[in-house]
Amino acid sequence: MPFFRKRTYRNADGKRKDMPGGLWLKCPSCSEILYKRELDDNLGVCRHCGHHFQLTRDQRIRCLAEPDSFVEFDTGITSVDVLGFTGTDSYPDKLAGNIRKTGHKDAVSCGEARIGDHEVALGVMDFSFLGASMGSVVGEKVTRLFEHGLERRHPVVLCCASGGARMYEGMFSLMQMAKTSAAIARLNAAAVPYIPVLTHPTMAGVMASFATLGDAILAEPGALIGFAGPRVIKETTQQELPEGFQRAEFLEKKGLIDLVVPRSELRATLARLLDFLCPSPAAPEPV
Amino acid sequence: MPPLTLLPFEKPIADLQAKLEELRALSAKGEVDVDAEAGLMEKKIQAMRQKIYGDLSPWQKVQVARHPQRPYTRDYLEALVPDFTELHGDRLYGDDRAIQGGLGTLGGRRVLILGTQKGRDTRTNLECNFGCPRPEGYRKALRLMRLAARFGVPIVTLIDTPGAFPGLESEERHVAEAIAVNLREMFTFPVPIVVTVIGEGGSGGALGIGVGDRILILEHAYYSVISPEGCAAILWKDRAFADRASEALKLTAQDLHQAGLVDEILPEPLGGAHQDPPAMARRLGEAIGRHLDELSRLSGDELLAGRYEKFRAMGVYAEEAAPAETAPPEDADAPPAEPAD
Ligand SMILES: [Zn+2]
Repeated sequence: MPFFRKRTYRNADGKRKDMPGGLWLKCPSCSEILYKRELDDNLGVCRHCGHHFQLTRDQRIRCLAEPDSFVEFDTGITSVDVLGFTGTDSYPDKLAGNIRKTGHKDAVSCGEARIGDHEVALGVMDFSFLGASMGSVVGEKVTRLFEHGLERRHPVVLCCASGGARMYEGMFSLMQMAKTSAAIARLNAAAVPYIPVLTHPTMAGVMASFATLGDAILAEPGALIGFAGPRVIKETTQQELPEGFQRAEFLEKKGLIDLVVPRSELRATLARLLDFLCPSPAAPEPV
Repeated sequence: MPPLTLLPFEKPIADLQAKLEELRALSAKGEVDVDAEAGLMEKKIQAMRQKIYGDLSPWQKVQVARHPQRPYTRDYLEALVPDFTELHGDRLYGDDRAIQGGLGTLGGRRVLILGTQKGRDTRTNLECNFGCPRPEGYRKALRLMRLAARFGVPIVTLIDTPGAFPGLESEERHVAEAIAVNLREMFTFPVPIVVTVIGEGGSGGALGIGVGDRILILEHAYYSVISPEGCAAILWKDRAFADRASEALKLTAQDLHQAGLVDEILPEPLGGAHQDPPAMARRLGEAIGRHLDELSRLSGDELLAGRYEKFRAMGVYAEEAAPAETAPPEDADAPPAEPAD
């Protein structure tokens, strides 16, 4: 499925510069031709049909956090070819290509941010980096995000997207499911809220760990969300899959998703939920 | 018991066995006395087995782990837990036969024991869904483990599954959530948990009952983030490359032990667990009992802190030294467990 990606490049002085790709693109849902800048201004949502395009990390952070409030941490962690993976292509090459493509070291960025009046620990996963697959780096950074929230009693908001586990890291990858879930157990015990926002697509190992362990689970309209991919299900069971299967709205009806929230309302909805869950926003820490 | 199925790579053994049968047939007719020769042949078979099993490739190990006569969870329960009392159902939807469990005594210790279960024939395979649990299986496991935690009963889990069932109803009843909740909750039970991979450790469907204080694995069992066939289909665009994928994924007991992801490898009888199920069961029972005894000396808080640290330390990455603070070691061995806050 084609999706719009806004490329960001870093100049020598570290400042980002947006480079125009094509000026126009076609909505995969309604086939209307969209002006790229207008789509950007509309948070990557088609103004004809409401189709939610995938966002870059920077776009996603702009959409979720109060302006200029995001301060990233744990930026120095990178993946290593722990298995010396002997496949059709080399894992280090894949990593290098994705680092070049996205300007980021791996598939998740985490930091402190403000949503409404709340200091939150905010993480955003980036599907354009190796399908936001979860290897040791994603697992470690997400775990640190939870631990960061726990230490400061800041709510955790994690914008999820993922194709699943990162095969190239074998069982180290699978174990990240357990590691991240363990950290959530501690958040739960301390009554620090955690709200995942599921975006297109969120599947497999990430779904079977932190994506479904929220105190409330939000999802963007139309997002594909599930454990096994539709193709695998069809091939394995020969079952006919119902209309809208594994879409956010389907899962809201089936009782998994608390609320499907259009992108334009995400920040306000998160702020309101956090107002309910932590009525007195964290006061500045005593000096 | 029907004759043991020989795997494709065991052809040399099959050939020798055929010769042995010929000899015996001759002997039965009283034409010749072949005792000495038959004895020699048996030694040859044994030597051949040693040679083959001493050097199994990862893909061959996967085949041993999937051997149709390999002992399954119920076989170990029969051998090790004479008073096993099954507890059915998740009290939400149904009773998934792909995960079975209950209370019983293992080597004199009361335990809650549960595991994934495969079938031996069409009827039992349909019943157990080929060992692929649905959400209600994971939720039954959760219910039973909560029961154990409430009454201070140690938990033993046995893993042998190709994976959670990828079907419409699994998705509609949220199998991902069922697995995730188990992962989270298994970090909250203040009783010892000993996990053993006895055959196939199929990805998240295995991990869904796989969080514990000790992770054991049988010598020819495997535990993988994705099935070799699934990995081959993605990377090589052809499931036939499952042998190459098996190597790449580092999924054998030996690889996992080397990576520090499992605590102990339980040796199998020569030729695999199916060659001598009672011996395998004894060894499994001994190992589980030994680990339960060790763990029983720890308090609930110590167990939980240790379990957290164990999984917290899993992962390998590089990290640039952050200025003004000492960088943590790159996935070094976990420091001694500290008590949780
Ligand atoms: Zn549209």
